[in-house]
Formats: sequence, structure tokens, C-alpha cells
Amino acid sequence: MASVEFSNVSKRFGEFTAVAEVSFAIGDGEFVCLLGPSGCGKTTSLRMIAGLETPTAGRILIGGAEVTHLHPKDRNIAMVFQDYALYPHMNLSDNIAYPLKVRGEAVQKRHARAREVADVLKIGHLLDRLPSQISGGQQQRTSLARALVYPARVYLFDEPLSNLDAKLRLEARGFLNHLQRDMGMTAVYVTHDQAEAMALATRIAVMDQGRIVQYASPIEIYRRPATTFVANFVGNPPMNLIAVTATPAGGRLALRADGLALAPLPMTDAIGAALRAGPQLTLGVRPEHLAIAAPDAAGTITGPLFANENMGPESLVTIDRGEAGRVTARIFIDDHLALGETVTLGFSPAHVHLFDGAGARIPATGEAA
Amino acid sequence: MTADPLAGPPRRRRNFALLSARAGAAFLTPAGLLVAVFVIVPFFWVIFVSFTNRTLLGRTALNPEFVGLANYLTLFDPATFFQRGQFGFSLILTTQFVVASALIGQALLGLLLAWLMQTVPAWLKRITETFVIAAWILPEVVIGFAWFAFLDRDAGTLNMLLTGLGLPAGDFLLQQPFWVIVVFNTWRGAAFSMMLFNSAFSSIPPSYFQAADVAGASSWQKFKDIGLPLIRGHIVTDLILITMWTFNTFTPFLLTNGGPSYRTELVSIYNYRVAFQDFQFGKGAAVGVVMMLINLAFALVYLSLGRRKKGR
Amino acid sequence: MRLTLPAFFGRLAFSALAALLGAAFALPLVWFLFAPFNARAELGLAIPAPWTLQNFVTVFGNSYAVQALGNSLIQAVGGVVLIGAAATLAAYALSRSAIPGKGAVTYVLLLFSSVVSGSAAMVPIFLIVSAAGLMDTHLAVILTFAGGLLPTAMFILRDFIDSIPKSYEESAMVAGASPVQAFFDVALPVIRPGIVVVVVWGFVNIWGSFLIPFILLRSDKYMPASVAIYSFYSEAGTPIVTLLAAYSLIYSLPVIVLYLFVSWKFGFRFFGGIKA
Repeated sequence: MASVEFSNVSKRFGEFTAVAEVSFAIGDGEFVCLLGPSGCGKTTSLRMIAGLETPTAGRILIGGAEVTHLHPKDRNIAMVFQDYALYPHMNLSDNIAYPLKVRGEAVQKRHARAREVADVLKIGHLLDRLPSQISGGQQQRTSLARALVYPARVYLFDEPLSNLDAKLRLEARGFLNHLQRDMGMTAVYVTHDQAEAMALATRIAVMDQGRIVQYASPIEIYRRPATTFVANFVGNPPMNLIAVTATPAGGRLALRADGLALAPLPMTDAIGAALRAGPQLTLGVRPEHLAIAAPDAAGTITGPLFANENMGPESLVTIDRGEAGRVTARIFIDDHLALGETVTLGFSPAHVHLFDGAGARIPATGEAA
Repeated sequence: MTADPLAGPPRRRRNFALLSARAGAAFLTPAGLLVAVFVIVPFFWVIFVSFTNRTLLGRTALNPEFVGLANYLTLFDPATFFQRGQFGFSLILTTQFVVASALIGQALLGLLLAWLMQTVPAWLKRITETFVIAAWILPEVVIGFAWFAFLDRDAGTLNMLLTGLGLPAGDFLLQQPFWVIVVFNTWRGAAFSMMLFNSAFSSIPPSYFQAADVAGASSWQKFKDIGLPLIRGHIVTDLILITMWTFNTFTPFLLTNGGPSYRTELVSIYNYRVAFQDFQFGKGAAVGVVMMLINLAFALVYLSLGRRKKGR
Repeated sequence: MRLTLPAFFGRLAFSALAALLGAAFALPLVWFLFAPFNARAELGLAIPAPWTLQNFVTVFGNSYAVQALGNSLIQAVGGVVLIGAAATLAAYALSRSAIPGKGAVTYVLLLFSSVVSGSAAMVPIFLIVSAAGLMDTHLAVILTFAGGLLPTAMFILRDFIDSIPKSYEESAMVAGASPVQAFFDVALPVIRPGIVVVVVWGFVNIWGSFLIPFILLRSDKYMPASVAIYSFYSEAGTPIVTLLAAYSLIYSLPVIVLYLFVSWKFGFRFFGGIKA
């Protein structure tokens, strides 16, 4: 396995900048997810690792050696495509064995090896069929088999599960997780599904508009999102973001917003620095940290009930604060709540995230900036 | 190229493509050569020859002389322009031919057939379409011969039918040669328009027509208010294509040989006679150039329409 | 759904009109159903009594006629082999390669090919072929057709190749294949149906064409069937109807067969290279 490094890589298509001066490193054996909305540059970045796009500027290294201009066939990588790219005129055995054919392996050997991999992926009984004759989940596994049939240094995945239905997707996801840890493969995985990224990655690179916004472990991204964009993107339902006006008063910080009642927070240098740009901040609190307010709750937010969605294990209760936006809580309640009824949700200041006027996280005391 | 301190000697950035530019050029070469020799070169050569007095035989075959615009002046000479057997007559005849058999004949007939095919039972649709398409795909020589037999004065099928219905028989090839070739060309080419409009109609969601049915619209209303407006773009495309093809068609030659007395001598047939029967290549080339200029006008309109559609 | 009475009559009227038009189109061809099988066929419509294959036997006994069919075959097959190969390579380059000005090249090609029709360019083509010393050869006809039909063939194939996902070749290259390997292993088999369509279209065009061989050929031994048939019936005096009818039918068969084959295999009707 090998490491992957981007050094100041940019990619422009005419006037449009898909990737803007991105630098990061992936260690040997890491599973890194490139996560972000459509058009953020994650697929372009993946394709540049594969060699299917050439960077406009910057360098790419695999295993410490520069590959920026190397043809894909010389990079010794494997890739699973979003549409599987199974050759319609070849049966599964030929499809899976193709990379070995290209490497000059003998017919017997390569089909034996194809069978080996197919058996592991539980498609060994389908080897005589054509891709059009098998199901979507089986096609996905065939595509994976073709990637695994030869030893590669880095494994690339371009949204491989997005064409599967929900149940199959979960199964496949679990399998990929197991596979990567078992093999110790260096994997780069593109997805727009934050749950997938959280479940699979050792580190996630959250991308937006061609740049990496945060590059950290899933827990770090979840617990300490670097910007409101990341906070909103990761987590389902997303973090509640409430616009607040901050007023420092005697070593403490009072935050005001419609329906919000919160005891003033301790003032810190970081907050002071952020306030220099203006009194508007954003307060974030995740839905699972909200509950129906206990009488002694340190922080509450109140509003008329907008929706109550009973999901089975939990309910998603949403209150509507009009222009100020909605707030969703993930709670267990058996009581019936009526539409429009006033609901008060409570939270602890320990679960509060603060973001400055530009959306950047204000670190709490003791956190690295 | 950035001044990257980590980079080695500066290198040209070649973007990855499935086929390198060099391989691509190699792939294009065989086709490129053939097209260059048989399409591009003739375009320029015919212009060149049209300015000479080249012929097939005689002194001017080996030593053609440059005569400037003489050939063109002969073609457009006002004194002879409208005479039967001259270029002007042929050009006017061809224009009438195109308007009658293509713009009116093929397009309208094709439209009518396509609309009918939307509503008639499937078996009838298949049979009718088979005959219409057969008229189009059978080799032109066979069709020419079939019509030759069809129109025969003494025993031809048409005259048989007419006398059977109590109408007088006629020697149509001799008496109405222009209308014969108009009907012939309409019959021959309607299939293309029919298929184009057929597929255009099929691409209209059936629910549009069903909604009109529920609202009580008649077939004519459905055609006029829904069908026609939605395929407007296709109509224009069709008109331009069949106009170009009909303008250049040589097939009526097989039926009438340009006669009798030049009364069906389309520009393509006139070109053939001047170049290969009178052996005047210079003059024939001039005719070719005029034809190509007219084609160019149509082609430019067609291609600009196509681009506008794509850009939308 | 049950139709109301006026709607029913409306439908009936439409069907009647459609049937009438169908009959009108069939009319000139009806003669062909009978004449080839009639040993005493004339230009008039007559039911053969008895039905016979005698005319076909006579045709096959006429060496000139048979040779002409062979010539048509040589020219058509030669033409489509050349067109198929050249157009596929060129269309692949136009679709997948990063040649600057690809769009302009296609545009110019289409423009030229519609402008330089056989009728307009008969003089320079004659001159070019005779300057190349190829007058009166199969090669002249094959090359001329190839040149003339290539732009449309390239256009059709390029459209077809554009619709094939690039991920096929990309995955092959990531797996270690060179661009040429990827072309032959992965792209070409998928392009095959498009090539079949172009080959059939080219064959029908060349097989049925009259003007080009008429201009470029002189000797009987190279004449294709289209010119042979024409000379048979345009001779002053009476054409030998029995032979002509049978010969025409034989000559038409490949076209009919190919058309049926294409519409069966591809389920759509392929009209002259333009897909609406």
C-alpha cells in the first residue's frame, strides 16, 4: 500500500475552478472520504489521483513518487466507478479477469484468480452471466471484484453505493468497512452521503467549492465542526444553527435571539476576537442534545410545534420560529403534541457550539484553534 | 506553469484524454484523406474548371484556356435564359419541381401520413408504412423501371385503372412529363418525411392528446393546436433536408431522360448533358458551381438551425 | 374505451384514407408482384398463368446480367469495408480525442458533404478519377462512394460513440490498458451495433446508386446491375420485360432483406442517417 499526497493542486475547466489549491496527505492504510455536495471538487480530485484528469497546477504523489503526468495505466491503482463500468459484451469472469489479461497473465490463471475473488464477494455462481443478467447489487460487487483482482497501491471509489437501494447500501457499506480494515488498503472514497463517510472513514475531508474545509477524523468533525457549513452537512438531522446577537457584560457573554433563553456564557479571548467583527454570531446545538425542557434547564428555546415525525426509535420534533428559522430535536416522547402547541426544548451549555460572523468555529477553552 | 519550488525542469502540461492528440490525428487520417480527395478537392477544382473552356475532346481537352466568367455569362445570358434546353429554363423548372414535389408534395403527404398513423389500427399502420417505405428504399433503377411500366400508354397499370373507372387513358410521359416527375418524386420521398414526423409525434407525451380528448377536441383541432406547434422545429428541419435532396436528385433521368424536348430537364440532368453529352466541361463545371452555391445556402441555414437547437 | 358513434365513423374515415394512400403507394409496385413470375410478362398488369420461375433461370443464364450483379456486390462490399473502417476510427477520434477544433472539423465536414453532392460535382470527380488513371475501374467507384458517404457515416458514428460512457475506457486504462488496447477490447465491441447500421446504410446506398458508376465506368465488365438494368430498358425498341422484371426483383432483394434485418434487430426504422 502507498500514501497519497496533493501539493497545491488546482484544476480549472475554462473559466470554472473545480479544485482550488488543495494540499493534503493520506497515509498508508488510511481510509479517507472526500465528502461534500455536488460540484465541490471531490470527484475531480479523485480523478486526478487516478490520472483521468491532469491538474492545472500543483503536484500529486503516490508512495512518495510524483505521478502528476503519469498515464493511469502506469500508476498501479484500482478504481470502482459510480456506474460500475462493466463491459456489456464480456461475461463476469472476463470482466473481473480483464486487468490480469492486460497484464499478460495466462487464461487459466487469471480466470482462477477471478473465481477466487468472486467467491469472496459471493458472486462466484454468476461468472458465466453477462452484466445485463444480474442485479444492481451483484453488478456493484462485480465492479469491486475487478478492482480487487490485482494488487494495487491505492484503491479509489467514486460514489460506488449511490445506485443501490437503501438496504443493499447498508450491507455493502458494512462489507467495505470490513474489507478495508482487513486488507489494510489505502482507500480514497468520494461520497455526498455524510452517513457513509462517518461509517467508513478514518479521516474525512469535507470539501466545498473546490477547497477542503475540514480534514479530520469523523468524531472530530462531528464534535468540533470547523465551520457552519461542516456543522450543517454532517449529522442527520443537521445541527440547528441559530443566529444570535452577542452582548458582553461583565466577563460573561449574553446571547439573544427569538425564543432563546440562555444563561450568559463565560467570556474567552477567542470569543472576544470574533466579536471585533460585529455582534452577530451563530449558535449551534445538535438535535440529539435537545430534550423537552426540564424546569431547571440552563438553556431553552421555545416555539410553536411545526412537525412531529415519529421515526420508530425516536421522534423528530420541529418548532417554527418564523423568520428566525426552525429547530429540530431528537427525543423520546409518548405524549401527543398538537400542531401549533408551544413547545420548549432544553439544552446544556456544554453542548453549545459557537461560530463567528463568517461561519468559522470559535474554539472553546482548551481546544486547539 | 507555476514557479513551483518543488518542481523539476518546466514541462508542457498535456491534459489527459482517452485518445492522445497524436493517436487521434492518426485515427482521422484515412477518412480525412478520402474526404479531402473526393469532397474537398472537387469543391475547389470545380470552381477552377468553371473559369476555363475545358472540354473532353479536341484542343481544349489538353490545353484548356482561362476564360474568366465566360461560362457563367453564357449560363445567365438574358437572351437565352428562358429558352427550353438552356440553363435558366432548367433552373426555373427545378425550382418549380422542388416547390411542388418536396415542399408541398413530400412534406404535406408525409405530415398527413404521420398524423393518420397515430390513430389507425396497428395492422393497417404496418401495411401502409411498408408500401410507403418500399417506395423509398428500393433501388432507383428498379423504381424507374416500375414507373415506366406503370405509365405505359397501352398496357400500363395506371391506364388500366383509369379505363376501368371510365376515365380516358393518357400518354402521361409524353403529355404531362413535368407532373409525372413531380408525382414520382413525391411518391418516392414521402417516406422520409413520414418517418421524421412520426417520430416527432411519438415524442409528444400521449397525455397531451388525451387531455384534449377529454376536453372534446376533434382530430383537426388536436393536430392544429397540439401536434403542429410542438413539432414546428422538426418541420423546418424536414423542409430544408428534402429541399436539398430534391434539388440535387438525378433519379427522374431514369424515367424521362430530361425530355421530351427538355421539359423535365432538372439542373442535375442539364449538368450531365452539358458535361457528358456535349463534352463541355468548363460550362458543366460552372453549372456545378451554381448548384453548390445554392446547396451551400441551404446547408448553412440547416446547420445554424441545428446549432441553435443544441444551444437551447 | 368505447367510442361514440361520430368518433367511430371518424376513425373509420381515417382508416379508409390511410388504406387508400397505402394502395396508392402500392400501385406502381403491384406489377412487380406478378411480372417476374410470368413467362409472358408485358408492361401491363396480368396475373401469371401459370406462375413460373422461368424468367429467373434465363437471367442467371445471361452472363452479362450475372456479372453485373457481381460487380454491384464488389463495389458495395468494397465501399462499406472502407467506410466502416475509416469512419469508425475517425468517429472515435472525434469523440474521444483532445484534438483542438474538433467541433469546427465536424461542422465543416457536414457542410462540405451536403454541398458537394454527386450531381453538382460530377465534373470534378470525373476529372480527378481520370487524372489518377482510375477511370473505368472498381476502385474509382469504391473510393468515390467512400469519400462521399464518409462525412455522414462519421457523424452518425460519432453521435453513437458519444453516448457510450467514457467510464468503460477509463476503467480499462486504470486497470492497466493502453488507449489502443482499451479501444479494441472495450470500446469497439460496444460500438459494433453502430457500425452495423452504418455498413447497412452504406451498402444500400452504393448498391442502388446509378449516377456515379454511370459516369465513371465504360466497360461492360465493370458495370454494376443498376447501370445494366437501365441499359436493358432504355434501349430504343422493346425491352425484354420478362427478364427485366425478374432481374429487378433479384436486384432489389438484398435491399429488402437488409431493411428487414435492421428493423428487426434494432426495432427502429433507420431513415437515411438522420435520427430525429
